[in-house]
Amino acid sequence: MENILSLIIWLPIVGIGIIAFIPRGKNDLIRIVSAITTGIQFLLTLVLWGDFDKSIGSMQFMERLDWIPSLNISYILGIDGLSLPMVILTGLLFFIAVFVSWSIEKAVKGYYALLLLLNVGVMGVFLSLDFFLFYVFWEVMLLPMYFLIGMWGGPQREYAAIKFFLYTLFGSVLMLIGVLGLYFTCGQTFDILELQQVAPTALNGVLWWGVSAIKIIWVLLFIGFAIKVPVFPFHTWLPLAHVEAPTAISVLLAGILLKLGVYGIIRVNYGLMPDGVYWFSGALAFLGLINVIWGGLCALAQTDLKKLVAYSSVNHMGYTLIGMAAVVAAGESNGLNLKAAQAGLGGAVFQMFNHGTISAMLFILVGVIYDRAHHRDIEGFGGLASQMPVYTGITAIAFFAGLGLPGLSGFVSEAMCFIGAFPVYKGIVIASTIGILLNAAYFLWAFQRVFFGKLNEKYTDIPEINKRELFTVVPLLIITLFFGIYPAPYLDAISSTMNVIIEHVVSLSTLASM
Amino acid sequence: MNNLQSLQYYYPEILLTLLILVSIIYDLFLDKSKSGRVGVVLIVGLVIIAFSILIQDEKVTSLFTNSVAKDPFSQFFKITIILATLIVSVLSLKNKELKIYRKGEYFTLLGIVTFGLFLMVSAIDLIMLYLSIEIVSIISFVLAGYLKQNTRSNEAALKYVVYGGFSSGIMLFGLSYIFGLTGSTNYFEVQQALSNLPSQSNTALIIAIIMMLAGFGYKISAVPFHFWTPDVYEGSPTTITAFLSVAPKAGAFAMMIRFFNQVLADGGAMQGLDNSSVAEIPWAQILSIMAIITMTLGNIVAIQQDSIKRMLAYSSVAHAGYMLLAMPVMSGESIYAIMIYLIMYLFMNLGAFSIVVLVKNKTGGESFEDFKGLGWEMPFVGAIMTLFMVSLTGLPPTAGFIGKFYIFASLIKGGEPFYYLVFIGAINSVISLYYYLKVVKVMYFSGEQNEVLKTPGIIMVTILLLTGLPTLFLGVYWVPLATWVQNSLIFFVQTI
Repeated sequence: MENILSLIIWLPIVGIGIIAFIPRGKNDLIRIVSAITTGIQFLLTLVLWGDFDKSIGSMQFMERLDWIPSLNISYILGIDGLSLPMVILTGLLFFIAVFVSWSIEKAVKGYYALLLLLNVGVMGVFLSLDFFLFYVFWEVMLLPMYFLIGMWGGPQREYAAIKFFLYTLFGSVLMLIGVLGLYFTCGQTFDILELQQVAPTALNGVLWWGVSAIKIIWVLLFIGFAIKVPVFPFHTWLPLAHVEAPTAISVLLAGILLKLGVYGIIRVNYGLMPDGVYWFSGALAFLGLINVIWGGLCALAQTDLKKLVAYSSVNHMGYTLIGMAAVVAAGESNGLNLKAAQAGLGGAVFQMFNHGTISAMLFILVGVIYDRAHHRDIEGFGGLASQMPVYTGITAIAFFAGLGLPGLSGFVSEAMCFIGAFPVYKGIVIASTIGILLNAAYFLWAFQRVFFGKLNEKYTDIPEINKRELFTVVPLLIITLFFGIYPAPYLDAISSTMNVIIEHVVSLSTLASM
Repeated sequence: MNNLQSLQYYYPEILLTLLILVSIIYDLFLDKSKSGRVGVVLIVGLVIIAFSILIQDEKVTSLFTNSVAKDPFSQFFKITIILATLIVSVLSLKNKELKIYRKGEYFTLLGIVTFGLFLMVSAIDLIMLYLSIEIVSIISFVLAGYLKQNTRSNEAALKYVVYGGFSSGIMLFGLSYIFGLTGSTNYFEVQQALSNLPSQSNTALIIAIIMMLAGFGYKISAVPFHFWTPDVYEGSPTTITAFLSVAPKAGAFAMMIRFFNQVLADGGAMQGLDNSSVAEIPWAQILSIMAIITMTLGNIVAIQQDSIKRMLAYSSVAHAGYMLLAMPVMSGESIYAIMIYLIMYLFMNLGAFSIVVLVKNKTGGESFEDFKGLGWEMPFVGAIMTLFMVSLTGLPPTAGFIGKFYIFASLIKGGEPFYYLVFIGAINSVISLYYYLKVVKVMYFSGEQNEVLKTPGIIMVTILLLTGLPTLFLGVYWVPLATWVQNSLIFFVQTI
């Protein structure tokens, strides 16, 4: 298929068009149309995977159209090993999200239209290779998210929605300034691939206010992305947004939207400013460490199950940052080698995917119990294992995956992050093992309080997880188990691209191999 | 060119004068209840005049012995102003506030303001500049107080007169200084004389220009000359508020650009204010500070408003600030950015005001309370209002983003001295998100789905589409607009 990437991005718009013409009240029809749209999109991403040539590390399926010639803005799409897994994950999670939100009855038409619009934005960010286009898609995500949290969320939804919007917009405007700075210092182009070639040398020696422009632009873009990740101290919007958002939106938020930040850092910061990588990687690893420990401590203190899962995201994204920082290992000549960098970056990208599936699962499972009990207070349950054996079993696996038990996918990627970072940041890796302990502690403790002990009187007739809910969880469960035992297919698909990225950073940085 | 020869190039204005006369005479034959027909005459006439401007050649000449310029730059602004007047006129036909009054004079006065604005955008003589400001101001006073039986409207008019008289007086005083220093009122001669000005006269020049800034600042409602804005905007008929927030601002920016560019910045060489003929004077810094204070104050005060009309009034102060932000650079790109921004602002701001009119017609109020549940009751109106609010904030893919994008880009292009302005501008748009989203919040987050939906009338829908579609489409594809703006500028910008 010639324009498969465009098709993937714009397909949901067709869905929105159809939904707009369905009369109000026909809620099931709206849900079915959304399911079909996202289903086709997911199939298309699988087709893409089939056609993807994993021996090539550079962009594939490129599309290029002129858009605003006077500013050198073009419509450029492309996919490589970094974005491919994210695109497949997006396709899968949006498809699942349609079923997770099946029970929503309030303004169904608006809900699904916004969900599909969000889908356009997310896919667009992962696939666009023109910075202007990237920025437009990046911002397109904000408004649907604001509505989805603000209208269908919990009691504090309005506050959560506006806080989310203000935080992310703050990050985006800084990003916009960074983008404009790049545009004018690097020959007036928004083409990311071209910038990757031009920027490392063009930015060299450019000073803004006496400070290297690379550092300023790096920080501007980093803050923009870090708010999405979220990196401490920009994470405070996240627990609130997660707790207030409806289940499906929490799933998407944790599963995909957080990944956009990491994706942006690797695609843009790493690609355009290799010198910045060397300058900043220590800080990156350190921020990762803070994320791991801070997220773990906060999760331990929560009494709300959903908030616990939300903080576990902060904790898990920390591993990604530590893994990413390992790229600098490749440039060092003192016996350290490419392998560490490959393990670190590969682990980070793998962790993105694994956290996407695991946290999605966790949020769906929290949603299941909330739908039945109408609260999420960890202390308010107890002994559910006897009433809901299937649910307990699935949750056990999900929790174990979350705490990084060997044999499940989370373990593989976390281990890779640590292996990669160890040669360069020994202290940080050793310190972050505290985070792993915390990680195990909060999950196991929560599990014990909810499922074991004496059965709470109120829940003697609580119904077991139903078929629709099983349908949303089981695919994710299978992926987690499969990649836990046999991660090779994933790592093969991304390895060429990871090598290209590492090679790019090392060869174009003036700070490498010192 | 002498007066008689000039007339052949002046037919849009002549047509407009005829239109005004026709409106006055036609109004004499109409009942009070049918006086709205004058509006229809005005609308048709303005469309014809717009075409007559579009078919004019692009030749650059000065008319009436060097007092008025005919160039693509003024043509651009004339079209902008006609567009604003047209939308406002159509909207006025549906404005219930005006129902108990005769509307003939109202539309005639709108025509006269348009004429004043035409003069404003093409004036190249200090006297003509002053006269055009006065025409626009005096007619605006009357229009602001058009709701004779409403005390707020009377208050608005009175405040407007006091502030207007005061600032134009100061401006005139400044003009007299410039005349005293240079011995001429013509822009080009003034520029020549200023470049040979002995340096001991610099103090006098600074005083003169700052006094002139009072006049400009008053027209674009820049801080600290903005005090009239909220009360006048709140008391005036909503349609006039909409008009005042767009058209006179466009006119004032045109004359400000002309004045700074042709008189101060090397006679239009567009080399930036740093290379101005009177370089020791920090014009760029003065304008930057004005811009920063204007947008920050506009945004912060807008947050606290309960009335959406008043909130939009303060937000229009903030938008004047964004446009002013590009003034200090005074490069081809920055003028270009201001012009693009004006067009984008015209559509989104008039659109937002149209919805205020619509809601006021329905509920009789214009506070946040009146917008409650609007998104559920009128889904189409709610969606379009959301679009306007998003666009006013400056989020893609809407027109407002493109406007801000050009402004910020011109600042970054302008170089290191202007970088900090970008940061302040960007933070300001984040602040503005808060109060624009408050509108969206009351429209959607309160209230429930109704069984019976209300639909606005056909004229209202037309206006909303007329403003809403450009707000969306110019955010996605704006090449034709960019080309038009570029062609309008090309003659006094060497490089763009």
